[in-house]
Amino acid sequence: MQIPLVDYLVLGDEPYLQANECTHCGARFFGRRNACAHCGHREFNPVRVSDTGTLRTFSIVYRAAPTIPTPYVSAIVLTDDGTSVRSNLINIEPDPAKITLGMKVKLDTYVVGTDDDGQEAVAFGYAPV
Amino acid sequence: MAQDIWVLGTHMTAFGRYPDQDAVDLAATAALGALDDGGVTITDMDLLACGTLFQANAGMGQQVQKQIGQTGIPVYNVSNACATGATALRTVIMAIRAEEADMGLAIGVEQMGKMGLLAGGARKEKNVYEPSGRYGAVMPIDGILGTDTMPGVFAQAGMEYANDNDGVGFEQFAKVAQKNHAHSTLNPLAQYQKEFSLEEVMGSPMQSYPNTLLMCCPTGDGAAACVLVGEERFAALSPEQQSRAVKISASVLTTDPYVESGAMQPDVNTLTRNAAQTAYEQAGVGPEDLSLVELHDCFATAELIHYDNLGLCEPGGAGDFIDRGAPWRDGDTPVNVSGGLISKGHPIGATGVANVYEVATHLRGEAGDRQIEGANVGLAHVIGLGSSCGVHILEKSGIS
Repeated sequence: MQIPLVDYLVLGDEPYLQANECTHCGARFFGRRNACAHCGHREFNPVRVSDTGTLRTFSIVYRAAPTIPTPYVSAIVLTDDGTSVRSNLINIEPDPAKITLGMKVKLDTYVVGTDDDGQEAVAFGYAPV
Repeated sequence: MAQDIWVLGTHMTAFGRYPDQDAVDLAATAALGALDDGGVTITDMDLLACGTLFQANAGMGQQVQKQIGQTGIPVYNVSNACATGATALRTVIMAIRAEEADMGLAIGVEQMGKMGLLAGGARKEKNVYEPSGRYGAVMPIDGILGTDTMPGVFAQAGMEYANDNDGVGFEQFAKVAQKNHAHSTLNPLAQYQKEFSLEEVMGSPMQSYPNTLLMCCPTGDGAAACVLVGEERFAALSPEQQSRAVKISASVLTTDPYVESGAMQPDVNTLTRNAAQTAYEQAGVGPEDLSLVELHDCFATAELIHYDNLGLCEPGGAGDFIDRGAPWRDGDTPVNVSGGLISKGHPIGATGVANVYEVATHLRGEAGDRQIEGANVGLAHVIGLGSSCGVHILEKSGIS
């Protein structure tokens, strides 16, 4: 049994991210909104976000709360359909020489933990293409 | 046009660690210092605004009254992340402009001790996963879906600028911290007063690339206060009080307007640009007129991008600006001659008032070894994530 780390990750044969898109202006949001932060409209449609994108910015985090493994690469990815997503870069060395701003990346998922009932939590990240 | 407002008196405690005092002591010290500096007493005050973040529910303003004088005036306790101090100032300014007060006291204070990282929760092992919170998360996401830590968030803001502009990298960010540490050696009120070479800055322990330890502000304790006065009361003050007073020629507070990426990566740029533009219009000055700037260098990456946001450099030219030494105290536009948050310290609630103290002290010609000679116009900027941006432009009184 698997469960997504967050509710905007949709699991299945081809996992993807789902955003709430304002029916008026097209602004996209992860998580619920009472009204659109851009235009104030109150109706949204769920949309599938593109799996591929480019690296907009990153930081290699060495100092974090004690139980969080470091170093890890935090990133903002701009998907090919123009949505910003925050996640970790995965399958890459945490070395600034190996990470290039603007590099192509693709969504990938992995098991991040297992609970006492054997339920697996699935997280997402972006890996170099 | 709204009436002129003046800083009549101002004071700050040295920033640092005060294990033997509490925040009320620190705030009271700053408040009494500002009153004495302005040649007035608590009985002259029509209102008090007190800013603190981590003790926001403590009734700090009323606690301070118990130490310095319970005159029954209204107290506004304010909290606005790292813009808390600027918000306390704005509260008094708005009250005077609304003609509900002639004179008021703004205090900013924080006692943080060694509290370490301010965000990025510890991961707890939960026995059974259950979605909770706005994103239906089954465990804390910090460190899995990117970072919530401040050094990391501001690192990403800097790297985004590096993505969009040439000539910006690790070395340019490090040069910012090298400068601020060097500046702090002249400021006896700074939490740290030690110079470091560029190699030492770049070689200190990495926190969140490209921010090393020496490129991050410390936690700490401290307080600052300003006595503000409106036109009518100002006119009745002594010539000596008038000549030392500093005119507030712009006072602006903004929040972050919607941008596409804002929910993923806080946008610290647009609200700063908006605040700066409004402030320059209010004051009738431009960035080229500024004798000095105290801006919000919570991390070296933040200072660099604010050169551009405040219009101190050519658009896209922040890398060149630091490379040619422009923000050093002997450069085109001295930035953070106090040592900045990186070295002077950042007791959060105090910062937005302390920046105004610093600029006012230079405009008065009373900044001692770190005085910028002939300073006549200065700008103080703070930004709190969430987000809020405060900008104040101050001018020398010109009254002799």
